[in-house]
Amino acid sequence: MTEIATETPAVEQLSTAPSAPSATGINPLLRAWRQLTSMRTALLLLALLALAAIPGTLLPQRGLNPAKVGAYFAAHPHLAPWLDKFSLFDVFAAPWFAAIYLLLFVSLIGCLVPRIRLHARALRRQPPPAPRHLLRMTTSTDWAAEEQPADIVAHTAALLRSRHWRTVVREEGDGVVSVAAEKGYLRETGNLVFHVALVVLLAGIAMGGMFGYKGTVLVPVGDGFSNVQSSYDVFSPSRFFSNTHLPPFQFTLDRFSASYQPDGTPRSFNAVVDYRRGPDAPAKTFDIRPNEPLAVDGSDVYLVGHGYALQIEVRDPKGRVVYNDATPFLPDDAMFTSHGVVKVPNGLAHQLGFTGFFYPTYGATPTGAQSVYPAADDPTLDLAAWQGDLGLSSGLPQSVYDLPVAQLKNVGTTQLTPGKSWRLKDGTTVTFVGVRDWATFQIAHDPGTKLVLVAAVLIVIGLLASLRVRRRRFWLRAAPGEPGDLPRRTVVTAAGLARSDADGNATEFDRLVHRLKD
Amino acid sequence: MAPNVHLAHLSDVLFTWTVFVYAIAMLGYAAEFAFARLARARGDEPTRSVRLGKAAVAVTVVGWGLHVSTVVTRGLAAHRVPWGNMYEFSTMVTLVAVTVFLALLVRQQVRFLGAFVMAPVVLYLGLAGTVLYVPAGPLQPVLNSYWIKIHVVAAITASGAFMVSGVITVLYLMKAWLERRAAAVSIGPGTAAAVELREPAVGVRGSARAMVDGVARWLPASDRLDRLAYKVIGFAFPVWTFAIIAGAIWAKYAWSRYWGWDPKETWSFITWVVYAAYLHARATAGWRGRRAAYLSLVGFACLMVDYYVVNTVITGLHSYAGVG
Repeated sequence: MTEIATETPAVEQLSTAPSAPSATGINPLLRAWRQLTSMRTALLLLALLALAAIPGTLLPQRGLNPAKVGAYFAAHPHLAPWLDKFSLFDVFAAPWFAAIYLLLFVSLIGCLVPRIRLHARALRRQPPPAPRHLLRMTTSTDWAAEEQPADIVAHTAALLRSRHWRTVVREEGDGVVSVAAEKGYLRETGNLVFHVALVVLLAGIAMGGMFGYKGTVLVPVGDGFSNVQSSYDVFSPSRFFSNTHLPPFQFTLDRFSASYQPDGTPRSFNAVVDYRRGPDAPAKTFDIRPNEPLAVDGSDVYLVGHGYALQIEVRDPKGRVVYNDATPFLPDDAMFTSHGVVKVPNGLAHQLGFTGFFYPTYGATPTGAQSVYPAADDPTLDLAAWQGDLGLSSGLPQSVYDLPVAQLKNVGTTQLTPGKSWRLKDGTTVTFVGVRDWATFQIAHDPGTKLVLVAAVLIVIGLLASLRVRRRRFWLRAAPGEPGDLPRRTVVTAAGLARSDADGNATEFDRLVHRLKD
Repeated sequence: MAPNVHLAHLSDVLFTWTVFVYAIAMLGYAAEFAFARLARARGDEPTRSVRLGKAAVAVTVVGWGLHVSTVVTRGLAAHRVPWGNMYEFSTMVTLVAVTVFLALLVRQQVRFLGAFVMAPVVLYLGLAGTVLYVPAGPLQPVLNSYWIKIHVVAAITASGAFMVSGVITVLYLMKAWLERRAAAVSIGPGTAAAVELREPAVGVRGSARAMVDGVARWLPASDRLDRLAYKVIGFAFPVWTFAIIAGAIWAKYAWSRYWGWDPKETWSFITWVVYAAYLHARATAGWRGRRAAYLSLVGFACLMVDYYVVNTVITGLHSYAGVG
């Protein structure tokens, strides 16, 4: 809350914030509640929240980069498990982090509810009567006028109303008339909207965390994807997500292109897909680019990475094709030096496997071969062939990117360019047919996004109103002069009061009074 | 498209001139202060110092024009918005800071801020032109979105304003310190003597104190400085909020989620929380005044961490914004 009542006289109190409760002689639970909803506690919790977020930026986080967490464990074998006990590698999912923001929100709601009630009441109430001694206020003035008190007040009230002041005229007896006006209720409205929107924002975030899903999949050019859980390489559903909720869209990666600066930094990526909302829906084409995901059926498909898949053909000594497939290689550096594994379990006398390094633009450096440019300008493949039991029938799950080379026999190494073949000692022929691009896509669905967006917009609007609008009051009293005076003159006194921006208020007051004197 | 070498060079030349002209303006404001002091000591009217101050404002406006030209030519040279790396970002933030100062100057008498705004601006630009400098070049594909215009402009605007509010807050603390001391002295001769005895004005520390003292005397009342700082933060905070939200929307398009606790996101959040605490503190009995001012300075420190430590030390998704 941006305002709180202080020990000012009732007339000076423009805020609807509840006044400080007396802490004596009340129920300890109530006292604890009041303590929790006090501004001081809110301040403390805000400071704690800021402090608690810091370790999340200094230590590697599982949610952002699990590999770095692993590296940290390797580098600090004694310290890391201790840090892990305090969830310091998952700060933003840690129970103590949640405790801080949940307490903050409880404190906020506890503070909001009575303030909304008070403000609703204030919105219906008339501006308070003019204080007895207007001239004692900092922003005040007086002058003499020819008109009757009632006329002056009527004129003032009309002017104020035309400027959207809430205005009330009161007879004070003995011919004295006063007008009380108030403006800027929008300040507290904005303040309340801002804080309520924060609660809505949290609800929207929670909704996404409970009912959304996301997953990633690698698709070589020419291949397709259909949105069922088994198609994903990695799939992370949220707590209450059910598989039956996956929308049945599908797409095929038609084309992928990347362009680069001369120094190898990327210039553009395009992944052109043909997609359908369901098996029977018409196909449409979309160009997925960075910043331009494909939105389909409430889910978004993002282009998050790319690399090269190598088409390898293997023929047995008799010349029969036993293997012909494109295997994705994973990039190791910005120039796309990549590594990968090819497995040929069937069709040969012995199971055959390959480990390989691929260089889209081959360059020999003192430290060994590496790619010198990310585009496939001079594609070269270093291959090592391995014979033996690939372990695929052991029943244990095995990564497609790993080969158990310790149990295998090396049967030669070579370097190939597209179209070139390599004949192994047993007569098996290996051909590097060509290079295809692959792209990785992240597919995400977050049902809370719209609510979060609405809350965010309200946050900005509420904030602007609560910081820009001034809550202020204006009083004017017109009293008939002494009966002896000739001509009889009316004594006019006026005063203004604002909780904030005293400078702006004084300027407005002066202008108003100037208009009234004319 | 390759960058336009001639325009890029012109931008660099204009940049140097901007720094030079700003430095002159800064000296002008400092001279105004010195001559005003001298005139006061002699009991003269401070006419010469006022003339100097007004001249310094004119020089600042010239520098501002050069500053704008630097940014425009840089953008034209690189065929893109001129806020794609830390050098350009720093150039923009200082431009906003000077703009905020000039905008304040139109509405109220804040020339006393001149030297204190120009000094960090000149320093900051000096740093940008040497340590952070990178030649004009194209953007990475992920930055290629119209959100760079919305998100980054909002972040820059808020940062430039926060910078000015930081300067005013430091001045506020100086003035508040002087007022407290004056109040202590006015209690009675005994207290005054105690103050003098505890802190003898000799040596380096003494002269530094004398300088703070001299500057603080020249400043308007702490109350006004406090309100001025609040006014600027009241402008910057909603803009900063908007910058974070626009960043989140962009992140939703670029990185598939609107919030992911990336270090940059987290430090922006921390900065936001600290400034939010400042706004609350200012409305809380026992926290307004100096304590709130310290919070605002902590907020500014967080902002600096957000831009410089996060970009250079911590790697995250915003790493492309780094040097080189």
